[in-house]
Amino acid sequence: MLRTLATLFCSLLPALVAAEQGRLLASGGASSIDGAAGGGIVPWAVLAGYGEQGEWGGAAFLTRVETGDYRLDVGGAAFAYDNRVELSFARQRFDLGTLARDLRLPDDSLSQDIFGVKLRLFGDLIYDRLPQLSLGVEHKRQRDFRVPRLVGAVRDEDTEAYLAASRLILGGAFGYNLLLNGNLRYSRANEQGLLGYGGDRRDRHSVLKEGSVAVLLDPHWVVGVEYREKPDNLSFAGENDWSDLFVGYFPNKHLAVVLAYARLGEIAGLDHQDGVYLSLQGSF
Amino acid sequence: MRLLAILLALLIGACAGQSPRDDSLYRGLGEQAGITRIVEGMLLNAARNTRISRHFQDIDIERLRDKLVEQFCVEAGGPCEYTGDSMEESHKGLNISRADFNALVEDLIEAMEAEGVAVPVQNRLLARLAPMRGQIIER
Repeated sequence: MLRTLATLFCSLLPALVAAEQGRLLASGGASSIDGAAGGGIVPWAVLAGYGEQGEWGGAAFLTRVETGDYRLDVGGAAFAYDNRVELSFARQRFDLGTLARDLRLPDDSLSQDIFGVKLRLFGDLIYDRLPQLSLGVEHKRQRDFRVPRLVGAVRDEDTEAYLAASRLILGGAFGYNLLLNGNLRYSRANEQGLLGYGGDRRDRHSVLKEGSVAVLLDPHWVVGVEYREKPDNLSFAGENDWSDLFVGYFPNKHLAVVLAYARLGEIAGLDHQDGVYLSLQGSF
Repeated sequence: MRLLAILLALLIGACAGQSPRDDSLYRGLGEQAGITRIVEGMLLNAARNTRISRHFQDIDIERLRDKLVEQFCVEAGGPCEYTGDSMEESHKGLNISRADFNALVEDLIEAMEAEGVAVPVQNRLLARLAPMRGQIIER
């Protein structure tokens, strides 16, 4: 599936880069671990790539988060048309490291697929009176439910939604451009869904707050922070909100690199899962 | 009481006096000479930009440059007067798309970069020009 996407992306790319797309550099964001355009752990209201009205845009990405005990690998792609609607796909693989051996778990990794659609409802990131507001829906599906079931997860697939508002304020941070982003998510995913959906403690959706603040040092460099609230549905272990500090580099409309220091807290009983996040994105 | 009256008179006097115009953006852009170089750089970039160069053919490019310099100067708080047409009037029938508009913004940023204009100064000019988009696109 990933290979097919990569092939599709690479075959589309040359045809589309001949005429550069019409949105400003970095305005398509990076790729979140959900596959939707945005920051690293928090999607933005912007759509993937650089397509304006009547144009296509898109991005493909690979992301790795290394926390010491665990490793998360994500690959995916997103396409957007008309700066209006975005379709995305991401596959996440979470390597359990020593935990699988210590607890004699049947699998040494957790894995899920995320199919996303994001619709820009109104507004514009930079120009309109109103900020850009988008509605996203994500369908998440476990690829191997044995471990999540073992620890109390109820469902092996689920659908969640989020409302995202994003605004770039020109000169808003002591003369530098300021990006503000806030989301409300309606989800019951455990650890993003890597540990299934709904749990023995709680099997209802929660309203979760997410947000990010970033400063553009120039058209190519951006630094910022992100925060993502998470539910606590499983009784076997606590789940912490996630946050990170990131720096992003956008040399042109076809490449982006994001490096972050992520604080993921307690995951599946192991505390202090802080680590390094690295993401590479190709886009048009 | 008399003291109060004097204070009041001073205050009113201060308010009535011409408040000095904030021309810090104008100076930041290098005044008349700097703004002229930025506008010329932008137009040269636009002429090379295959996405929008068609909009700059068959027009009086010198007049366009002069009017843009006036406009940027006024927006930056400089001692100029804009003598061109309104934004709506000058873009009528051109059918400038959102993508075209952004392409020119990129050409302007590139021109300011080439002039060594500091990023916060660039952003101040962009923030003055951005509200005009609605009067420019899709006309």
